[in-house]
Amino acid sequence: MITKVTTHLSPNERLIFDRSQPGRMGFSLPPLDVDEAPLDEIIPRDFQRDDGLAGMPEVTEVDVIRHFTRISTWNYSIDQGMYPLGSCTMKYNSRLNEKVARIGGFANLHPLASEDEAQGALEVIYELQQNLAEITGLPGISLQPAAGAHGEMTGIMIIRARIDARDGKEKSAQRRTMLIPDSAHGTNPASANLSGFTVKTIRSTSEGLTDLDHLRELCAHGDVAGLMLTNPNTLGLFEKNIRKICDIVHEAGGLVYMDGANMNALVGVARPGDMGVDVIHLNLHKTFSTPHGGGGPGSGPCCCTKELEPFLPVPRIVRSDSAAADSKSQIPNYRLDFNYAQSIGRVKAFYGNYGMMLRALAYILTHGRDGLREATEAAVLNARYIADALVSDYDKPFDGSPMHEVVFTDKRQARKGAHTLDIAKRLIDYGFHPMTIYFPLIVSGAMLIEPTESVGRQELDQFIEAMRAIAQEALENPELLLNAPHSTRIGRLDEATAARKPVLRWKPQTTESHSTACP
Amino acid sequence: MRYIPNSPDERAEMLRQIGVSSMENLFDSIPADLRLQRSLNVPTALSELELLKKFETTATRNPAAGRISFLGAGAYSHYIPTVVDSLISRSEFFTAYTPYQPEISQGTLQAIFEFQTLVCQLTGMDIANASMYDGSTAMAEAVLMAERVTRRSKVIASSAIHPEYFEVAHTYVQHAGIELAHSDYSPETGTTLADALTDLDDKTAALVVQSPNFFGCIEDVQALADKAHEVGALLIVVVTEAMSFGLLKSPGACGADIVVAEGQSFGVPLSFGGPYVGLFATREKYARQIPGRLVGEAYDGKGRRGFVLTLATREQHIRREKATSNICTNEGLIALAATIYLETMGPRGIEAVAKHCAQKAHYAARKIGAIEGFSLPFSAPFFNEFVVRAPGDANSLLKKLANEKGIDGGIALSRYDANRPNEFLVCATETNTREQIDALVDGIESLSH
Amino acid sequence: MANVPDNLHYSKDHEWVRVENNVAVIGITDHAQEQLGDVVYVELPKPGESFSAHESFGSVESVKAVSEIFTPVSGEIAEVNQSLTDEPEKVNKDPYGDGWMIKVKMSAAGEVDSLLTAAEYEDFTKAEE
Repeated sequence: MITKVTTHLSPNERLIFDRSQPGRMGFSLPPLDVDEAPLDEIIPRDFQRDDGLAGMPEVTEVDVIRHFTRISTWNYSIDQGMYPLGSCTMKYNSRLNEKVARIGGFANLHPLASEDEAQGALEVIYELQQNLAEITGLPGISLQPAAGAHGEMTGIMIIRARIDARDGKEKSAQRRTMLIPDSAHGTNPASANLSGFTVKTIRSTSEGLTDLDHLRELCAHGDVAGLMLTNPNTLGLFEKNIRKICDIVHEAGGLVYMDGANMNALVGVARPGDMGVDVIHLNLHKTFSTPHGGGGPGSGPCCCTKELEPFLPVPRIVRSDSAAADSKSQIPNYRLDFNYAQSIGRVKAFYGNYGMMLRALAYILTHGRDGLREATEAAVLNARYIADALVSDYDKPFDGSPMHEVVFTDKRQARKGAHTLDIAKRLIDYGFHPMTIYFPLIVSGAMLIEPTESVGRQELDQFIEAMRAIAQEALENPELLLNAPHSTRIGRLDEATAARKPVLRWKPQTTESHSTACP
Repeated sequence: MRYIPNSPDERAEMLRQIGVSSMENLFDSIPADLRLQRSLNVPTALSELELLKKFETTATRNPAAGRISFLGAGAYSHYIPTVVDSLISRSEFFTAYTPYQPEISQGTLQAIFEFQTLVCQLTGMDIANASMYDGSTAMAEAVLMAERVTRRSKVIASSAIHPEYFEVAHTYVQHAGIELAHSDYSPETGTTLADALTDLDDKTAALVVQSPNFFGCIEDVQALADKAHEVGALLIVVVTEAMSFGLLKSPGACGADIVVAEGQSFGVPLSFGGPYVGLFATREKYARQIPGRLVGEAYDGKGRRGFVLTLATREQHIRREKATSNICTNEGLIALAATIYLETMGPRGIEAVAKHCAQKAHYAARKIGAIEGFSLPFSAPFFNEFVVRAPGDANSLLKKLANEKGIDGGIALSRYDANRPNEFLVCATETNTREQIDALVDGIESLSH
Repeated sequence: MANVPDNLHYSKDHEWVRVENNVAVIGITDHAQEQLGDVVYVELPKPGESFSAHESFGSVESVKAVSEIFTPVSGEIAEVNQSLTDEPEKVNKDPYGDGWMIKVKMSAAGEVDSLLTAAEYEDFTKAEE
């Protein structure tokens, strides 16, 4: 019984280029108010554009409004309902945070305005830094990376810089191995590669945790620069041996990097810095609720121990206080400090995705110390609630208590021919976005479910009902899954043909859509 | 906590149902000595009213935000039509996830397809990706791509490129086995002269130039492309002021192999440096080497046309350490803002804004250049940014202009180069009125005499 | 059930070899193409390049996966199946025929003897499952 959604009218809308008519205009501009010089005199003819920007659409404001409003209705979104996407932490994107980010004093501030005239902006960065340092237990921090993968690259480069400085270039050249668990996110090895490391994979135990013996074995080679791990790991399980893991790596001369994607299970409860981790990245667009935006913007702060601080990107935002005129109070003074000879350098122009920092700080202050912990507890509770309810119908490969996310497999359903992909697609008919599928790679047919704290009990129950119903369908009527989704305006797309003969842009006189039922 | 849908009572009931005695016990798998025994030392919660007041007050300590501004150098003040923010505020766009499940993400996917098309049209290239973090990281990724494509490890970049972009490129290549060399620019013209590029040889993967460059000067991209191609190197063109696409010949039409740009000029607020959006475009033959996400056309079983993330085997989640880039999340919503901006403005609007920028900048340049003791050191044509040489220290002049006249007159070059104490970079856009420009000129005049 | 023709040699990396005079015709097996799914792209070397046995000479991509392909024998590339650029689906439809990938002028003809027979390869793939 599908209770969450009903099929409804969905508007069709072609590409904006199909709306375009010569002469349509959507812009307004005041008349030119300065003395106009002949264009050829200020810009040589040869340098001028001569194609009239052919092909760009000519539409009116109403066209634009109708176009984007219509296509927006084709999207699922957090405001609409739960995304059980493991590893993504799809929590509520607060409207208040949006308002804060749009305050003119922030939104209209040029990044190269003088520091004296941007003290408010710098204070926000500093305050966020302080709060994130406290949350992670790691005092060194840069907010410059623009996304998680960017923060990862930063963190691994910091490890590389530290080892180069500690051991000297020659000995450091012997240490080029980065250990990465077989359950790691794909950005991990990609980021390691950017820092000149080669990747060696560490096995997981049957419990789903890092295999300590294999770790010792790999560390014994003497070429290990570091270990990248996620905690809780991508199976949603806390690496209970984390202290031991860090000790083993440190003893072997390496450093430990933690992928902070799963911080939603730890905020206010435990801190990576206390676990012996040397450097982590955070995803502000996960744990700290900044919106996913259909693929960004994100923000991937990099946090590290005091020992690694000298290597952080520049500029750093620092504070010095001066006495006020009345000598009773202090005036804070925020500065950009470029003076770090050992810094790995800049990873991005300016200071990072500032708009996301505003939102993340607003998130932290709205929750406060108690609310942050409350959110973590609620997130883990929701995941545990789902895990408990679904074991009757789905194969749960690991016995350990999941934290904020739980993984199941399609083992039982696959016997009758329905696989993870089909279960995910059928979930769409029930009104939900699919969970994360086929990740982590070490679980065959993985379905990774993370509800976050932003889901109420009724919706959790609806999700559970949907999953149970689908499990039943998989046994009795697998056809329903194999051709799902049935209720969307478009069905499963032929991705093979799309990849063989990629069409990556509209061109004038492009052949029209092949069908009569075209969008 | 109002963002958590279940009340404390409901949560207690859920705990009972799953047989866990307390919230504490949910964390039993964390060793006791790792669990925090105290509250986090962060502030207590603020109500909505208090929070807004706090941020609004903090924002008043950014007096530069409301001021008349002629600041450029990689971030530009352009007018943003109201529809942009209105549309990107639709929750179906901004609270949506990456479109991995195309059946319920066609809104996002179609918008990206339009974005990719617009980027191709503006840059004059064949294919464009769904965005990079910003112009600086897009340039760094272009350098890495050139090495992959040519299998050569030397890259020559003009010193007339934005200094912060240089720094980022250096960070990215430091362990990639790529030698990033600088080439000089002419002190007369302010541009990179093709004939002076004596280091270009058959070991060069790419020549990288910015146009208009950091000094605002327009480079002769065609000549530089020819020079690079002579030795089998790629030409990478970097654009920081994307509005220049409205008036200048596209880099693609001038022979560029990869074009990267900062898209912030297209409907994106200054926001103290981010979030911005990197544009990345190249030739069709390099489709499998391009970093970042790509959206392509696809059909379903009933012949209905839709869009899907494609050529994913280049990316990190499949190719892992051999991926073309580690990028995952990019700048989706900002790319959407740029798309809406470009479609609202249309070709005539972009041309008109670009023309206004150029005319206002040249008006300002003529008047400033006429002030006694002031000159424009570079002879090359410019779009909307130009360097002014003052008779004395530029930094103190600009400070006085700000404090006494309420105008941010430009960016002192000494910020990036201590050898240029008297020079500053001025940018004018369609948002600067004649009154503002005249006030700038009068201000400079009165403060230096 | 995947097809395993008798007259071919097989490697543990799921490539097949058919010897024609001193030239080894090489492709991936039916089992391999089944595992991969719809092939969308094949990355091949250029004629004239040389490889040692078990070295990677290219890759084959499906929508969601990419696999390196390894030559079972050493030698110089004599010919490459260019038609796979426009029609990569040949690898799925006819892996032992039209879906051939490279022809190698063998530098050590004896190497084929250390490859698997059809029966051995069949056992090998069954054991992998």
